[in-house]
Amino acid sequence: MSETVIRTLTGWGRTAPTSARVLVNPTVEAIQQAVRDPGNRGVIARGLGRSYGDPAQNAGGLVVDMTGCNRIHSIDAASGLAMVDAGVSLDALMRTALPFGLWVPVLPGTRQVTVGGAIAADIHGKNHHTAGTFGNHVQAIDLVTADGSVTTVTPNDELFWATVGGMGLTGIIVRATIALTQVESAYFVVDTDRTADLDELMALLTDGSDDRYDYSAAWFDAISTGAKLGRAVLTRGSLARRDELPPKLRCAPLAFDAPQLLTAPNVFPNGLANRAIFGAMSEAWYRKAPRCRRGEVQNLTTFYHPLDMIGEWNRAYGPRGFLQYQFVVPLDGQDSFLRIVEDIARSGHVSFLNVLKRFGEASRAPLSFPQPGWTITVDFPIRRGLAEFCDRLDERVLDAGGRLYLAKESRTSAATLHRMYPRIDEWRKIRAAADPTGIFASDLSRRLEL
Amino acid sequence: MIDAVGNPQSLLLLGGTSEIALATAERYATRRPLRVLLAARPSERLDAAAARLDRAGATVVTLHFDAADTASHPAIIEKAFADGDIDITLIAFGLLGDQEKAWTDHATAVELAQVNYVGAVSVGVLLAKALQWQGHGALVALSSAAAERPRRSNFGYGSTKAGLDAFYTGLTEALRPSGIRVSVIRPGFVHTKMTAGMKAAPLAVTPEQVAEVIVDAVAHGREQAWAPAPMRFVMSALRHVPRPIFRRLPI
Repeated sequence: MSETVIRTLTGWGRTAPTSARVLVNPTVEAIQQAVRDPGNRGVIARGLGRSYGDPAQNAGGLVVDMTGCNRIHSIDAASGLAMVDAGVSLDALMRTALPFGLWVPVLPGTRQVTVGGAIAADIHGKNHHTAGTFGNHVQAIDLVTADGSVTTVTPNDELFWATVGGMGLTGIIVRATIALTQVESAYFVVDTDRTADLDELMALLTDGSDDRYDYSAAWFDAISTGAKLGRAVLTRGSLARRDELPPKLRCAPLAFDAPQLLTAPNVFPNGLANRAIFGAMSEAWYRKAPRCRRGEVQNLTTFYHPLDMIGEWNRAYGPRGFLQYQFVVPLDGQDSFLRIVEDIARSGHVSFLNVLKRFGEASRAPLSFPQPGWTITVDFPIRRGLAEFCDRLDERVLDAGGRLYLAKESRTSAATLHRMYPRIDEWRKIRAAADPTGIFASDLSRRLEL
Repeated sequence: MIDAVGNPQSLLLLGGTSEIALATAERYATRRPLRVLLAARPSERLDAAAARLDRAGATVVTLHFDAADTASHPAIIEKAFADGDIDITLIAFGLLGDQEKAWTDHATAVELAQVNYVGAVSVGVLLAKALQWQGHGALVALSSAAAERPRRSNFGYGSTKAGLDAFYTGLTEALRPSGIRVSVIRPGFVHTKMTAGMKAAPLAVTPEQVAEVIVDAVAHGREQAWAPAPMRFVMSALRHVPRPIFRRLPI
């Protein structure tokens, strides 16, 4: 049954806690009722809480916990269309769809996100250069709008594109129709290349070879300076056809088993994410990768979601939490991009989970993050000096014509963010028409004046 | 909203002419656009404080606030929150005065207790309610090292700060479940107009140094912080010194 409880919430980075009334196990009717009677601090939807910052928090207001809305209504094996509730996780959708030879077209670094959240953040995956963002694969969205009615929007509506990447501020997504991709197996054929530095890596990513792979992303060393600066491991692959699998796997090519091995206990102190530990981990990660290997068959967990093996891994950063800094700069901003990486390595702020990828074409959505260019993701534990350091990185990103990702963002200024998204006024106009009194509000929308 | 690294968007300074409060606001104003509500008794000093923060780039609003007049507090706190969220509230008002008069003169002693303790409890109760309604925010109370162990030379002042310290330390626990963070700051000797002409004690700090401690405490959700940090160890040692020895110490 729907009920309301008071909870203190944070994002995945475990920073900036705020408390709100949380509507749990909501029905669509209960959501409509809540939107019609929003109180004076508004309403926002929350999925599995994997955004790093504060988009799924609403201090003093109402937060609708969508994870209770988790029915998969239908999957059409012929057309590949899946009609699902917004609270269905990509993990659940994937497990259900795979036996029909259907694949979730865009997967982020974890499967523990909801469909509603995937649309609201317009997420991307390692296949952005071939498949675009999640929003590209959505055919219809059922949205509880500010007047409390349920509206179905499709790619022909501007409200659809304002909702894609709209961080939940246009309404509450309750249901969506997703176009899944046909696959023959749940395995990847993977090529690995180890590079000595970022120049070599970026050359590999721009020589045209990237287009031969559906999925492509690199890990790089953001701790070592000098000659080891930016050494990287590039893994690229495509979903395997059945005939590409070894005989052992060929009998059950769609089998998918990704157990969570353990859940991290909440006992880690601050400061474990230091140069000694992360430096050693980076060294090991680099050395364990083969210099060059072709055609290896890997499962989804190995290739794509190693972190999903450990539940609540964010606890390893200690109670002070951490932030994830993800930005994209245009392809011609390669020089400033390299300087940013140098800044990071020299800053004394250490990051182990570093991802570099070349993005493909941008989406139609005004607030969608990806644009053609280079994207980097780094994680920093919260400590003294990080605020000022990230402000300096913002300047560099802005100068290069780049932007930050709202699903990761937890600390930039409103003015900086507005400059990074030149189409923000277009988005605001659509939102103002759909929600004139600002019923949909979050800590993020207050902080960044969205 | 306070962001992940501790930058606020708005401040309420109760005791808006306090040098520590102003130094704190200046620090925050260098990082982000900042709205500051300065609450103090109307005076030239209040105008000067507003001008100083204006120069630092903040958007300043002044509120007329008398810490001793507790009956007026509910309306003032309501007014402070009427124009939007307040991320950090600093309780920075307080009297020091003549410490001999503080136990020999009735009116002086009562006023000291009224402002430093009763006034702090009065706004504490109102702020707790406002912040719970708002669902977020940080509360910073300026206590004193003198709260840890009163001395012959300053026990009037020390007793009021001990009361404030105990109240806000308790409030830290009471507001924890609501996600509201309370920090109790215990500075040692601070070079301000309040202490001008007094002989500086060891480990004396400037208002700017206390401001740094405050910014750090808020950023890291610290419930108690000393200024300077080593003061903590000095005071915890002094606390256990037997009285016959303590009264002979040259402090």
